[in-house]
Amino acid sequence: MNTTEKYLVGVYDDEDEVLHAVTEVKGKGVKIEEVYTPFPIHGLDTAIGHPRTRIPIAAFLFGLTGLTCAQFLINYTMVFDWPMIIGGKDFFALPDWIPVTFEGTVLFTAFGMVFTFFVSNSLWPGKTPKTFDLRSTDDKFIMTINMGTNKKSEAEIEEILKASGAIEVNVKQF
Amino acid sequence: MAGHSHFSPANVEEFYEFTPEARKRVITAMIIGAVLLGIGVFFLGSGEHEAAHAVAGHAAEHGGEHLSGGAVSHHETSWNPLNRLWVNLWMNGVFFSGIAVIGMFFVAVQYLAKAGWSSVVKRIPEAFPKFLYFTFPVLLLLFVFKGDVIFHWMHHGITDPASEHYDKIIAGKKGYLNFTFFLVRLVAIFTVWIVLWNMMRKKSIEEDLNGGTQNFFDMVRIGTGFVVAMGISSSLSAWDWVMSIDTHWFSTMFGWYMFSSWHVTGLATITLTVLFLKDKGYMQYVSDSHLHDLGKFMFAFSIFWTYVWFAQFLLIYYANMPEETIYFLERWEGHNKVYKAVEILNVFMNFFFPFLIMMTRDAKRTPIFLKICCFFVIVGHYLDFYQMIMPGTVGPHGGFGLVEFGSVILFASAFVYVVSTELTKASLVAKNHPFLEESLHHDI
Repeated sequence: MNTTEKYLVGVYDDEDEVLHAVTEVKGKGVKIEEVYTPFPIHGLDTAIGHPRTRIPIAAFLFGLTGLTCAQFLINYTMVFDWPMIIGGKDFFALPDWIPVTFEGTVLFTAFGMVFTFFVSNSLWPGKTPKTFDLRSTDDKFIMTINMGTNKKSEAEIEEILKASGAIEVNVKQF
Repeated sequence: MAGHSHFSPANVEEFYEFTPEARKRVITAMIIGAVLLGIGVFFLGSGEHEAAHAVAGHAAEHGGEHLSGGAVSHHETSWNPLNRLWVNLWMNGVFFSGIAVIGMFFVAVQYLAKAGWSSVVKRIPEAFPKFLYFTFPVLLLLFVFKGDVIFHWMHHGITDPASEHYDKIIAGKKGYLNFTFFLVRLVAIFTVWIVLWNMMRKKSIEEDLNGGTQNFFDMVRIGTGFVVAMGISSSLSAWDWVMSIDTHWFSTMFGWYMFSSWHVTGLATITLTVLFLKDKGYMQYVSDSHLHDLGKFMFAFSIFWTYVWFAQFLLIYYANMPEETIYFLERWEGHNKVYKAVEILNVFMNFFFPFLIMMTRDAKRTPIFLKICCFFVIVGHYLDFYQMIMPGTVGPHGGFGLVEFGSVILFASAFVYVVSTELTKASLVAKNHPFLEESLHHDI
């Protein structure tokens, strides 16, 4: 394996402790990459300082694409290519199309969101997932620190993590 | 709102004070409304003749075609300008009864779901149904004395085969639409609403004094009962008070349609009241997370209204049956097109506006956006009720004049006065609500 990324992994066994540890570790100038927890913790993402997710914007754009595609399809087939009179209405019978347009919008949004989620979490086929510690899906709270983005030495960071309440600190390489 | 960490239910009981200045302002508004209404009524008599002639001429040009599913076309000759006043009072009575009862509905749903987040704001909607005490007599008196102005089916001789006004379709609906049964339903609906609200309110205030969880479980039971009662009464009131105006026409979606209109207006009124109280320095423990939830409610139910409104329209449009399409045709092209602008505004103000404005998370957490949206939703649904009721009652004699503005100002200020008075009667925070602690830490 061509190792390029080296991580320090702090393991905590209490959600309050990890929440306080995030502020403490950050306060000492260590850059935290991510915290993995078995369940959502209120206020954790603000404590880490993650920027707000942009997925709603993506959803809106996917929706807009769906709306346009649905309108294009119906207009092309029903008005331009093969106009037919249905129920005595105009060829361009907008009210009739609203359900289809709605469905198209929802479909594109749903699929778009799922694919965006996969891509942003590196979950494409053939990709080996980065698993820092399997216990993060059970009862442990995992804080990961990317050594590539931190200037402090490994020993220093390990000491800071231990001081903040980590029960163990492991090294992980991918 | 970092301040709420110091707030504990044990040490705060916050009372709203309806100050003399505020009281004076509301009463002034009420007087302005009444004066406008008076002037409007005075001018109704004088200005109406010309308009009526113009309309009659117009109708003659078109070979006397009638685009009316309602009452007006049937007694064109006996039009009394004062009718517009009675119809306006009826419309505002129905609209504001809805806002008032949605207060109770909101609380009932929160208890039924055993929701925690809403316990800091629940005292606001809880005060709304007090206004039912005022709209009930208004609707009752209007129905008893002026019912024939509002309802086509109450016209003299309409169910009598010997009369020249005999209408076979309406005579067929006599079993449901008759004076006695309608009166019984009207009284029963209001009685159920008011009695259940009184039970809920009593338990809620008792909880402040006694604590414990017994009151909470009692309120869950009352809330459950109310939701069931509302399921029936909301449809009954929609059919009776609004749909029976256009007696020939009917829609199976109408109960939901009117309820959804009431519901979103009620939610907007709750949000607006919370925001105003917050601006006045009350309820500082209501965080932007609570506002976010109220905003989501308003956003979602605006879409729900659109869904029901559009579903009703699409079925009628698609089936294209004359006895059904007349309802929309009357509003779109009938009566000199007086109602066309309202129809367009209806969809823009009640769907596109809240949908696009309230879509982002930030908008739902920003008071000014919420306020603008609440204002548009309330005005928009006033217009929705306007276009439900006016074409079938006043028809070509309708419009927006002093009568409309005066009566809505009168009702709105009376609503503010009554609800403000009711708010002073209990602490703004239900301090012994079992979920209060959860609500104070609400974070989304």
